[in-house]
Amino acid sequence: MDNHSKGFPKSQVFGFVLSLVLTFAALFVALKTSLSFNTIIWIIGTLAIVQAGLQLFMFMHLKEGEDGNSQTINVIYGVFIAVVTVAGSIWVMSFGM
Amino acid sequence: MDGKTKKKEWKNMSTNVNTSLPLEFQTEQNRMNILGFWMFLGAEIVLFATLFATYSVLSTRYAGGPTPHELYDIKGVMIETILLLTSSFTCGIAIYEMHRHNKKGLLTWLIITLLLGLGFVGMEISEFIHYVHEGATMQTSAFLSSFFVLLGTHGLHVSMGIGWATMVIIQILKRGLTPVTARKTFIIGLYWHFLDVVWIFIFTFVYLKGLV
Amino acid sequence: MGIKWDRFFITGDPLILGSQIAILLTMIGIVVLVSYLKKWKWLWTEWLTTVDHKRIGIMYILVGVLMFFRGGIDGLLMKAQTATPDGQLLDAQHYNEVFTTHGVVMILFMAMPFLIGIMNVIVPLQIGARDVAFPQLNALSFWLTFSGAMLFNISFVIGGSPDAGWTAYFPLAGKEFSPGIGNNFYAVAIQIAGIGTLMTGINFIVTILKMRAKGMTLMKMPMFSWTSFVTSIIIAASFPILTVALALMTFDRIFGTHFFTLSGGGMDMMWVNLFWLWGHPEVYIVVLPAFGMFSEVISTFSRKTLFGYKSMVGSIVGIAILSMLVWVHHFFTMGAGPGVNSIFSITTMMIAIPTGVKMFNWLFTMRKGRIQFTTAMLWALAFVPCFLIGGITGVMLAMGAADYQYHNTLFLVAHFHYVLIPGVVFAVFAGLYYWWPKMFGHMLNEKLGKLHFWLFVIGFNMTFMPMFFLGLNGAVRRAYTYSAESGFGPLMLVSAIGAGILAIGFAFFCYNIYWSARYADRNISSDPWDARTLEWATASPVQFYNFAKIPEVTSLDAFWYMKKKNKGLKFSNDELEEIHMPSNSGLPFIMSIVFGISGFLLVFEWKIAALVAALGILICLAIRSFDYNDGYHVPVDEIKEIEYGWQNKEKGVEKHVN
Repeated sequence: MDNHSKGFPKSQVFGFVLSLVLTFAALFVALKTSLSFNTIIWIIGTLAIVQAGLQLFMFMHLKEGEDGNSQTINVIYGVFIAVVTVAGSIWVMSFGM
Repeated sequence: MDGKTKKKEWKNMSTNVNTSLPLEFQTEQNRMNILGFWMFLGAEIVLFATLFATYSVLSTRYAGGPTPHELYDIKGVMIETILLLTSSFTCGIAIYEMHRHNKKGLLTWLIITLLLGLGFVGMEISEFIHYVHEGATMQTSAFLSSFFVLLGTHGLHVSMGIGWATMVIIQILKRGLTPVTARKTFIIGLYWHFLDVVWIFIFTFVYLKGLV
Repeated sequence: MGIKWDRFFITGDPLILGSQIAILLTMIGIVVLVSYLKKWKWLWTEWLTTVDHKRIGIMYILVGVLMFFRGGIDGLLMKAQTATPDGQLLDAQHYNEVFTTHGVVMILFMAMPFLIGIMNVIVPLQIGARDVAFPQLNALSFWLTFSGAMLFNISFVIGGSPDAGWTAYFPLAGKEFSPGIGNNFYAVAIQIAGIGTLMTGINFIVTILKMRAKGMTLMKMPMFSWTSFVTSIIIAASFPILTVALALMTFDRIFGTHFFTLSGGGMDMMWVNLFWLWGHPEVYIVVLPAFGMFSEVISTFSRKTLFGYKSMVGSIVGIAILSMLVWVHHFFTMGAGPGVNSIFSITTMMIAIPTGVKMFNWLFTMRKGRIQFTTAMLWALAFVPCFLIGGITGVMLAMGAADYQYHNTLFLVAHFHYVLIPGVVFAVFAGLYYWWPKMFGHMLNEKLGKLHFWLFVIGFNMTFMPMFFLGLNGAVRRAYTYSAESGFGPLMLVSAIGAGILAIGFAFFCYNIYWSARYADRNISSDPWDARTLEWATASPVQFYNFAKIPEVTSLDAFWYMKKKNKGLKFSNDELEEIHMPSNSGLPFIMSIVFGISGFLLVFEWKIAALVAALGILICLAIRSFDYNDGYHVPVDEIKEIEYGWQNKEKGVEKHVN
């Protein structure tokens, strides 16, 4: 764990700039390009997941502390349930068509 | 390990302080609270996922009401997004200052975070009022029901966070930076970043997807 | 606006009028009795404000027993109504209400409190902890469950019971087809209890991860603690789905949204989808702790370590993942394409594998064991064949194409009763007979216990076995009557008589509690069964701090090896240190009452009043945030005195079981 006794919050500023870049990239891809709908959704979805990961690791320090592993497994399991819930619901409610 | 050190380790959970760690991790009770909050966030992931699932299933069911293209205004959405992203950043700085034991810096950045959060909530409320004036209410269509409940749940979380953080600020002012107040601040920080994560997905899968 | 005074009290039905009078008299009776005995202060300081996990557990179990009564009477009413063709006891509406509340009460307010209650009492003891991670949150969990249960139960005298089935499918459960407020009770009361359950899940995850005794790695943890751990994880993963589903239902019913309605673009099947996304994991939430209890009981009374411990752990972890992937098998008949139904048929059949692994592990644990036929062990033995019938019929139902035949018949009803009664109720009885001395310092009577066992098991099989055949012959579930020409009469009568026998069995259990409380021998060992896990290493009933000195664990079945090697059991007085304990708090109780009031107002759609009451919840949270009470310390002298008391008694105890 890094001990911030003095200096400049490098990782925070880096994370912030990166998240702004990702946000505007998504905006650009979604509204200013003429890719197909599915391609756009895949690209902006990936950008969103990257940005979420950024928040988790750079701001929330998911893996830090003596329970880093438990926290990580917990988030992975939560994301698994989330994917099952969202993708499963969409698929089942389309009646498999 | 001999008996003496062992006993020490198993003694009371909130008075046995390990000063080699950051303030918020110094007592066993603190470590348990932080882990417990992560577990709560796991549950929150599922809660929001269910709302996203509902929105995804119902998002094209307009029932003759307005569509996303007619409704969403990207300018306002971008301002909200940047407000919340910035507040997540300032919240990170606040925790950074806390680790430097800089109480004043912590309080300053925390208050900036809350002001940005208030700005976000204000923007969102005016967005909702605008929609209602256009005749797009929760009762109009399945699409709008799921839109308002998903966004409203997020907005309610942010509002609760503002109230909660205000109470923690009062406690820091009264008691200074102790392991307990540091833990509470750290947990608020986790909560705030998490709400930013949720917003990223709302921004992407509600607004951008609706406007493509 | 919106005030429905005319719907406030249910009038006109003699059965309900009788209940109203009975409830009123009981309430007056309790108040008079407590006042007469001058026990108000005792009630407040010892129980209502307690944060002790053992007392909270006992209160959970008490709720479970009471709700078993309520749900059981619903069940008996149904059986009485259908005992003969064209029965006249209940009309269609009343029958709808009875089967709805039977389901909700039995799953959410009987099974859950029983299991969470036993988890509360036993898990911290088994892992060698002094309490759970968040004792005050634990009290809040209990009181929210209690508040939800009470709110749900008053529906039948005030406002009207829900009547759309325990699954409350839309569109029937929507405002359009159920305009009364009965289903508001469903949405709000379960919500309140569900929040409490979610908090329990988080609490136990942290407790088990962080508070195990020194040396107890995860793979040296007793099986009941393991199953409780995985159950807690599934709770934290699936209860948020229920929270959202119920919130959306509330919005649809009270605020006019269109999630599940037929108009406005809503999708009624989305409710079914969300309900079972929670509902299927819920089955595993109730059945896993039960599996853990059987593991402890079978291992103790076979005098052997649990066979295949690692495969058991592997299979319950596997269930934590698989249980989230099977929910569609509850609505194959929705008519989704072959792709959807096939995939969910396969995942459903796959889940039989880890369950099968467990079955074999229990059988092999008993193999070559020196089995003692105590009442607790009898329940475990009866569980194996009964649950097997439930499981095998489950695999039959898992086949999507065949399910079109079984769906909505009594075959299905028989199947899930064969899963849930052996899987949960037998387990709870086994657990209660097994751990009763730990909780109360005396055993339940074995002779009465065996009567209870035989009557209950015979009654259970007589009630539900005929339903398989009735279902295959086409008898549909939730039908309040049938004609004599259908030919269902004889088997229905057998089933009804079975239900009566089952009820007599339960009455023997209640009598056993009473008899044992009055007459059972108090002079018993703190380890009467010669058991294997840490909860038996301390006094019975357990002193409030659980362990004077936290034992150190070196192997699975820690206590058994401590006894064999005679190591780590005794400690000298100068090893003792002050113990830090959490203080009692009235806040959880008060907060749950505010929750209940707010929920009640919301049920009646008095929105502004409900909102005002909900502010009370926020005030309670704020008070909690500013509460810096850090508990208190138990002085060494007091610990010495308590320890001396029970350890000296040990010398002269009577052996009850060898």
